[in-house]
Amino acid sequence: MGGTPTDLKMIDENGRRLDGRLPNEMRPLKIEAGVLKRADGSAYVEWGLNKVMAAVYGPRECHPRHLQNPERALVQCHYNMASFSVDDRKRPGPDRRSHEISKIISEALTNVVFTEYFPRTSIDVYIEVLQANAGTRCAGLTAASVALADAGVPMRDLVASCAAGKVADTVVVDLAKEEDNFGQADIPVGYVPRTGEIVLLQMDGDLTQEQFNKGLHMALDACKNVYEVQRDALKRRYSARASDAELASEGEGGDKREVA
Amino acid sequence: MSKDVVADLKRDHISKLVAKGMRADGRKFDELRPLKIETNFIGSAEGSARVHLGNTEVVVGVKLILGEPFPDTPNTGVLTTNAELIPMASDTFEGGPPDQESIEVARVIDRGIREGHAVDMEKLCITPGKEVWIMFVDVHVLDYDGNLFDAANMGAVAAFNSAVVPAKRAGKGEDFPLPVMHQPISVTAVKIGGKLLVDPTHDEERVAEARLTVATIEDGNLCAMQKGLDGSFTMDEVFQVVDMSRRIGAEVRSKM
Repeated sequence: MGGTPTDLKMIDENGRRLDGRLPNEMRPLKIEAGVLKRADGSAYVEWGLNKVMAAVYGPRECHPRHLQNPERALVQCHYNMASFSVDDRKRPGPDRRSHEISKIISEALTNVVFTEYFPRTSIDVYIEVLQANAGTRCAGLTAASVALADAGVPMRDLVASCAAGKVADTVVVDLAKEEDNFGQADIPVGYVPRTGEIVLLQMDGDLTQEQFNKGLHMALDACKNVYEVQRDALKRRYSARASDAELASEGEGGDKREVA
Repeated sequence: MSKDVVADLKRDHISKLVAKGMRADGRKFDELRPLKIETNFIGSAEGSARVHLGNTEVVVGVKLILGEPFPDTPNTGVLTTNAELIPMASDTFEGGPPDQESIEVARVIDRGIREGHAVDMEKLCITPGKEVWIMFVDVHVLDYDGNLFDAANMGAVAAFNSAVVPAKRAGKGEDFPLPVMHQPISVTAVKIGGKLLVDPTHDEERVAEARLTVATIEDGNLCAMQKGLDGSFTMDEVFQVVDMSRRIGAEVRSKM
């Protein structure tokens, strides 16, 4: 971030970016819900070259106990990068960056979870970055929302997340690694499409007010796309389950559950 | 607390099944769960594998960086194995520095690949006594349904087969495939009610009296072993596990 543009040409004559995308074009996004057996809910996200797994345990007993809130559940996110997820091996364990990301993702998710339904408990969200290529906090938050829904945690809506940024004086969406490293600004956003609320927002770099306006608009549009992919992942997961249940009950009108 | 009540019911159920010669998932006692290995899963690693062994899922990443050899082995590269039993994988795993369990997993895997000479470590020496490749084998457990030892071992061996030494990036000549010598495969069995069950699930591990891991290489020779839990094995039982490990190890190796 903040590095001066090098010999890399971030935007070519045709307005295409390093990987051929247009400024408002996202990297390919794939989400799969319910991929782990032990976790109460889980989701796997491949977003460009990012590979991120999210798992949810809870609501369950809150540890350490002094964190318990007698009125609400605590949403505790733990963001972690695998040592092999980046080019230079990362030392295992949390660092200051991952602590900060864990905190802001916890706060974004707390906003949409009906925490008052589960006093004194903890809802633990684990985000594991297996392969990183810029935008892992957005991929992690996106995966975590789907994992929470997969765990059956009552929520007002999913949080969809995507970043905007600036490369070669052009406002673009969903920065890839080179764009993040040599770009001029980065704005990760977490958005609640149903209510239009922004629940995660960071920015670093240099932007004019106009560029920021444009970037935020582009990020929210991208979040709406992310939201569709999230919903689709959950639908696929539960239509598969519903047809399993129908087979099992052999037309006896087995229990039908609303999942939305 | 509630966990122990469930464990009692489970213990009963599993022991009764075993007495009738059955297992909860319908497998034979000497049968491995379905094994799926996907190599080159992580682009940022020099070699990698994602392993599904039944419901157990691990990702193994191999990273190679330049460093100094140990003074007592100036002509060989350095092998470092690390296992992360992250809380994502099970409600019984906790964050923080590695505990005894993950250290045992890492050390058993390390022993299998080190003593089985999975990689020719001498070929990872650049300047004797000065500069060698340090090979990090990182095991990341995503979903824990028992038998981490074998899932991680198979993942490591598969990751070696796909690994490339990044010599060019480090300015040390051309990239070359990791010099793989052998394919040491470990097979773990547990003892429940006097019977030996290969590739235990998490529930089976929880009721097991004793556990034995045996690693073998292509010629059927043994290269590493680890007995665990507070139960015991007779000599005959140990030989049985060795036999099973040799047979299943050969099957797994033929699929790599």
